[in-house]
Amino acid sequence: MKTEEIGAAVVEDTRESVSFGTRDKDFSKEPLCLSGRGVTRVFHTGKVTTVAVDHVDFDFHKGELISIVGESGSGKTTLSKMLLGLLEPTEGEIMFQGQPRDISTGAKKREYWKGIQAIFQDPFSSYNVFHKIDSVLLDCINMRGGKNLPKEKKYEMMTEACSFVNLKFAELTNKYPFELSGGQMQRLMIARIFLLKPNILLADEPTSMIDACSRATILDMLLKLRDETGMTVIFITHDIGLAYYISDSVYIMEHGKFVESGKPDKVMLEPEAPYTKRLISDVPKIHEPWDLSTVDLLQNA
Amino acid sequence: MAKKMLEVHELTTKYITRQGEDVYSVDHVSLDIEEGKSLGIAGESGCGKSTLALSLMGYYFAPLHYTSGEIIIDGKNISGLDPDLVRKTVLGTEIAYIPQAAMNAMNPTRKVGKFIEDVIRAHELPMDKKQIREMAEQRFAKLGLPVDALDKHSVELSGGMRQRVVIAISTILSPKVLIADEPSSALDVTSQKMVIKMMKDMLANGLVKSMIFITHELPLLYNVTDDIMVMYAGQIVERGSAHEMVFDPIHPYSRGLMRSILVPEEGTRDVKLTAIPGTPPNLKHPPAGCRFADRCRYATPSCKVISPPLLDIGGGRSYRCSFSQEELREVYEHED
Repeated sequence: MKTEEIGAAVVEDTRESVSFGTRDKDFSKEPLCLSGRGVTRVFHTGKVTTVAVDHVDFDFHKGELISIVGESGSGKTTLSKMLLGLLEPTEGEIMFQGQPRDISTGAKKREYWKGIQAIFQDPFSSYNVFHKIDSVLLDCINMRGGKNLPKEKKYEMMTEACSFVNLKFAELTNKYPFELSGGQMQRLMIARIFLLKPNILLADEPTSMIDACSRATILDMLLKLRDETGMTVIFITHDIGLAYYISDSVYIMEHGKFVESGKPDKVMLEPEAPYTKRLISDVPKIHEPWDLSTVDLLQNA
Repeated sequence: MAKKMLEVHELTTKYITRQGEDVYSVDHVSLDIEEGKSLGIAGESGCGKSTLALSLMGYYFAPLHYTSGEIIIDGKNISGLDPDLVRKTVLGTEIAYIPQAAMNAMNPTRKVGKFIEDVIRAHELPMDKKQIREMAEQRFAKLGLPVDALDKHSVELSGGMRQRVVIAISTILSPKVLIADEPSSALDVTSQKMVIKMMKDMLANGLVKSMIFITHELPLLYNVTDDIMVMYAGQIVERGSAHEMVFDPIHPYSRGLMRSILVPEEGTRDVKLTAIPGTPPNLKHPPAGCRFADRCRYATPSCKVISPPLLDIGGGRSYRCSFSQEELREVYEHED
């Protein structure tokens, strides 16, 4: 086989690759999408009081891709629940598009959820097992006021959403979500978001149950979604390498507080907070040596 | 030449589905590990990494079945032995296995020390309680584990500590081969580092003679093992030293894998991350030709017909592709 023959394949290549988007753009001039001042959540279990999120301030702008990085127990999930309106903050205020958020009644909550949607860690438990893929996508169209659209138009919209995530809708009709692989399911979740077009997407560890090679595809799709729709994406993760790669800005969370935030290059390469320094040094790398000699095995014993 | 601790020749094992179909998830796998060395196994989910680990123990239970091949641990052939004999004479002493959720393996009503007694009793070693306790204390001290953990229940220990305790228990008889299947994937980075440090110390001190480390976290593998082997659809597609595999992969699949590495290091943000499109083949009906051909961007029509053998190119390196390494390297260079 000649090298030219192999080389020829490169020209026709339709390989998926991650776009670089707007990662160095200054988002502070963009309108505010979601912001919080002194947001706190306290849990009481018996006599024990746990401050899961402790007076955090944040400003998420339109079209920005934000990563919230922290280890287990740092308060990431509690914060994301508060952002989604599934938990009320004990203290502090969350503003949605510059206005104080009001989710006091069911109707107001539903209205709020038109503006914010989520993708969760476990794609296998994100779907109703009794609903076929068609009805999953049809629900999204109906929710966005497309209930009275002609059938053909709905089909076209579903096809478009699926092709956005490199799935073929014609092959998915009449199938159940569990017939897909984890990566495909997660992509279908993104297709849902594409149809719903919320202002904010909260992605809670969307790639942690997916393998390294499908991970790139999911990241690519999130970036594409942000680029095409101007959606704000809040990415919650424990993977620092991933956060470094994808985000416009990073928030590092420890014990319910943001210990450091800013542009990924600044936070990851020149960390200032001791916690960020430790976190970065504990991650295995490939160009720098991973120093195991400093590990104290009796720590936390 | 260093002594070979583990030699595997053409090992094939299969799952038999409820419909009676055979799924060959480990297909003619040959590998060897020298004393004091570690081998990492990488690949995406479902490629046969964990099945290989289970198969290597020689302990088969339905739906996994042994088909052919040899597993030789320190000169002793353990393939095809009676499962009961394997449990008594091989597991724990010759080979030890740490599954992914090992930290949840301990019975919460028993103290850690009791599990060590169980291991000794199961192997019918002539030791009394006091001797076992002494041995356990020595081992824990050597591994940097607090000795008082022996008197604790598993629920009193943190996740990382529990994982290290389980590793200490399973290697109490100093096995010749330790197989760790994603031992740190459920832990946060700091606990992960402690687990890895302990495992590397064990290998350096000769408490285990060789190690197989399975994970899909490539930066971790790169830092832990001497060699890396990439599996795809039940077969080995490439093997080489950790450095060669990360910085100079030959097989298109390994290259795809290595290009999905994400680390917080300068310059890595500007490298384009590439994904491998498609999904692995269904092993119930494996393709006739190269198993990766459907997803390979360099595949020619002949790749779909001819199944390439694993080619040994010397220096501990081998790869499975119809193209020569020069041809592949030239294309890669052209691409960059």
